[in-house]
Parts: sequence; structure tokens; C-alpha cells
Amino acid sequence: MNEYKKSKIKSKIAWAIAFFFALIQLVLTLTPFFFMIVNSFRKQFDMLQQGVFHLPDPWYFKNYFEVVTHGFFGYFLRSVIVVAVSLILMLAISAFAAYPLARMKFKLNAFIYATIVAMMSVPMHVTLIPIFKLTTNVGLYDSLGSLIGPYVAFALPMSVFILTAFMKTIPKEIEESAEIDGCNKFKNFFKIILPLSKSGLSTLAIYNGVSMWNEFAFANTFLITPAKKTLPLALGQFKGEHSLNIPINMAVLTLSVLPMIILFIIFQDKLVKGMMAGAVKG
Amino acid sequence: MEKGRNIGLARAKARSTAKAATVFLLPALILIAIFIVYPVFDTFAISGFKWNGISADRIYNGLGNWKELLHDEMFWKSFEHNLIVMVCSILLQIPIGMLLATFLDAGGKKFNFFKIIWFLPYLMSSVAIAFLFVYALATNGGLISSLATIINGKRTTIDLLGKAPNALYTIIGVMAWQFTPFYMVYFIAGYGNIDTTIYEAAIIDGATRGQYLRHIAIPLLGPIFKTACTMSLIGSLKYFDMIWNMTQGGPAGTTELMATYMYKLSFQQFNMGYGSTVAAGMFILITAIALLFNKVFKVKEDY
Repeated sequence: MNEYKKSKIKSKIAWAIAFFFALIQLVLTLTPFFFMIVNSFRKQFDMLQQGVFHLPDPWYFKNYFEVVTHGFFGYFLRSVIVVAVSLILMLAISAFAAYPLARMKFKLNAFIYATIVAMMSVPMHVTLIPIFKLTTNVGLYDSLGSLIGPYVAFALPMSVFILTAFMKTIPKEIEESAEIDGCNKFKNFFKIILPLSKSGLSTLAIYNGVSMWNEFAFANTFLITPAKKTLPLALGQFKGEHSLNIPINMAVLTLSVLPMIILFIIFQDKLVKGMMAGAVKG
Repeated sequence: MEKGRNIGLARAKARSTAKAATVFLLPALILIAIFIVYPVFDTFAISGFKWNGISADRIYNGLGNWKELLHDEMFWKSFEHNLIVMVCSILLQIPIGMLLATFLDAGGKKFNFFKIIWFLPYLMSSVAIAFLFVYALATNGGLISSLATIINGKRTTIDLLGKAPNALYTIIGVMAWQFTPFYMVYFIAGYGNIDTTIYEAAIIDGATRGQYLRHIAIPLLGPIFKTACTMSLIGSLKYFDMIWNMTQGGPAGTTELMATYMYKLSFQQFNMGYGSTVAAGMFILITAIALLFNKVFKVKEDY
């Protein structure tokens, strides 16, 4: 009994220490967000006068009005378009590619799979100059279209990798019985495999959606005209125009993160599951 | 006779499978060829020229660019910064991420609140994080300087981004703020992948939750631990977005990384020939380090 009591106390102390560090992590995580949100509700010069740890006095909402009426929705909309088109293409193409790799026997299967997976570690910066050359040559420079190819291509290796692992878990018998019923590979794919892969696809959509939404280097290199830029570039654009007005910049930042936070709260389990699929073998 | 027909059928089937596989794989292979494989080769091809990226005439420079790279102090300084970032990132992000995941795994669904809050930084773009921290760490009205002023009782400024040794370590800290949540979720996924029967068996055999974690769960995470390290390693070696928006490599090149150096050369100074050499050099170094890491830390996968 004494032993039991001892271990009880020990575990209580362990939990207390764990909670202490958990709270520190909470504060470290939230302080920058606090700084961002609170300052977005101040007037330009109130920030230095009131100090950053005081709540705004008075709460000032015009920064958001200013941001929204100065082209924010344009940036937002362009980002939505690029991400939506890239995501749909990427999911379709990676599901297409994962199907034969997961469920067909052919000579080059292992080789093609290994090649695609190896592409995961190619840094995009190595490809930047040639793709810049390419987009200029085909006349896509300074248009949203220039981003879609690279976004899809760079998301493919990881997605094919995860989807192949996912599709391998679907029982073989389902497909075999359909084949006896006269389905060919294409019917099999659309009627059986694709519907059963839905949860894998949705996790990939979230995972890649976040990174496409936040992508900077390609967008910064290929888009020049302000009226063609995506949301990550809007931050720099607003900063250039209001470099001394910190509260306005904080309002832009808040508005740009908000959609991601809302999506995450709705779909957080999917995200963890997606990473689980990727973690199976690494 | 029977046998011959069977072989014929099997062959026909193999051929139709190969055909179907080709059709399914083609779009992915074409895109990867255009946007990843070809550009890598092209980078190596351009690395032999002097070229401003715009004009049609490129001057062939042989191995001249590569010789320059070998003696380019700025490039090797950048590489050194990348290595510092890499080591610090692995030592900070992965252990903290793992501890947070362990805490969440031990607490179960009750701790969802912690999980959501802790994950928030990863949802922000690197650009947004860069701008946020430029202001939050400013000497004038920033968080740290304001805090120091309150503690000291008089106006105190702590220059975290404008001074040489501070800037790189400040950036490493901000990177840890951004990426630790990623590894946290990764390890949560890892814990989730462990068969629940293993846990049940351990508990039935009289293990406490802590013993289960220490002696069973954490050793089982070995391969995931290695993958996380590899990801962190490659990620730190190609890091770009946040530094570009925070310091652009400054002050005086003390936060220059290989990628920012390459970008500056190519898209600010329009020295794309040499920029490609730097990019190609970066590719070689990253691949070599990743391969070396995988060789040294060969984890047995059959558990």
C-alpha cells in the first residue's frame, strides 16, 4: 500500500511539472498572437504611447476597414483561386498515379515509385531559375497560371507516397470481384478505389492546402503587378505602403491567418490522420 | 496446348495492365519531369554560363563559376549558417515537439485545448511570421524590449534582430516557434500508430502509464524520430521564406543562408549564371548531408 501511495504522489508531482511546462509553452505560443491581435485594434500612434501590454483604449476598428477596402479581397480571392485549382489538379493526378503503384503488378513499378518518392527531397530553390525561364518563355510570367504547375508538381511526390500507402490498405477482394463482374481498371478506379480513398484525399487537401496558401518564393518570383499578387505577397505590399503604421500591418496579418485557423479547428482530426499515414514508414 | 493458351492470356493481361498503368501514371510523371527533373538538370547546365537571365546571349564560362564558388567566402559563410540552423533546429524542435506530443498522448482527448493552441503557429505563413516578429521584437514597442523596460524600471532596448550574433539565434528561436507544432503533430500521429493491443498488454502486465511510455512507446517511435530528423535537416538547409522577409540576410550577411544568397544573386543582381551555380552547389550539399545522415543513423525498420 505504501508503495502504491508513493507512486501516486510521484505521478502527481510529475503531472504538476508537466503542467508547468505546458503552461509556459502556452504563453510562448500565444504571446505573439496576443501582440498581433491587440495591436490591430489600436490607432497608429497609440501603440507606443499605451505600451504593448495594455489593452487598446479605445478599441479602434478602422484598420480592418482600411485593409478590406484597399484590395485585401483581391489578394484573398486570387489565393483562393490558385489554391483551389492547384489542389483539385494535384489530388486527381496523385490519385491517378498512386492507383497503379499501389495495386498493379508491372515491371517498372518499384523503380517509378522510388523515383517519385526521391523527388520529395529536391529543394524548390534549385528549380527556381529554370522554372522562371520556362514561365517567361511560355508567356505565363506575371500571371496566376505560372504558379499552378509548380504548386501541383511539388506537392505530388509526398501525396503519391501517402496515397499509395493508403490504397494498399484497401482489400484486394473488392477489386477482384468487380473485375469478374466485367469492370476494367478505369471503372475500378472511379467506382471503387477513388470513393474509398476519400478520407486519404481530404487529409492531403488540408495538408497541401495550408502550404499552397502560404507559399511565398514562387509567387514572389513570378508575380510582379500588385493586382496579380497572392495573399502572402499582400503582407509585403501593405507593409510597403504603411511601413510606419504597425496596427494596420497587424490587421492584415490577423485577416490572413484567420481562415487557416478556422479550417484547422474544423478539420484538425483529419490533419493528424494525414500525418499518421505519412508517418507509417517515413 | 492448354498451357500455351494460359501463357498467352497471362501475357495479354500483363500487357493491358502495363497499358493502364502508363495512362494512370503519365500526368504525374510529365509534371514531375517538367517542374522538378528538367529544372534540376537545367540548373546544372546554366551553372556553366555567365548570364543575366534576360538577354539571349549567354557566355560559356566552363568551370569558371564552380571555381568561383569554391572560393566564395559568402557562400561558405551561408553554408555555415545553414549548419548552425540545422543543428539548433534538430535539437530544439524535435525534443520539444516530442515532449508536447507525449503530454497530449498521456492526457487524451481532455487536452484537445492544448493541442489546438500549440498548433496555431504552424498555420501562419512564414511571411506573416516574419512580419509579426519584426514588429514584436523591435527595439521600439516590441515585446522583449517593453518587458525589459518594465523589469528594469527604465527604458531598455534589447536589439534581437539588428545586431550580429543575436540575429541568427533569434531567427532560430522564431523557427522553433513555427515548426515545433509540426513535429508535435507528427509524434502524436506516431503514438496513434502504435497498436492499442500493445498498450493493453502492458497495462494488464502491471505497467504504469509512465513505464509504458518509457519502455515501450518511445522506443517504438525510433523510425519516426529518424524521419522527423531528416525532415528538419532538409528543411533547415533549404530555409528561405522567413529569413528573406525578416532580415534579407542582414545585418552584414550574418543571417545569410544558401537559399537567400542564391535568390539575391539571381533575382536582385540578375546574375543568374552564378546564381545557378550556387543553387546547384546547394543541391549537392543538401543531398550529400541527407544521404550521410541516413547512412549514419540506420534504424532497423523491422520491429
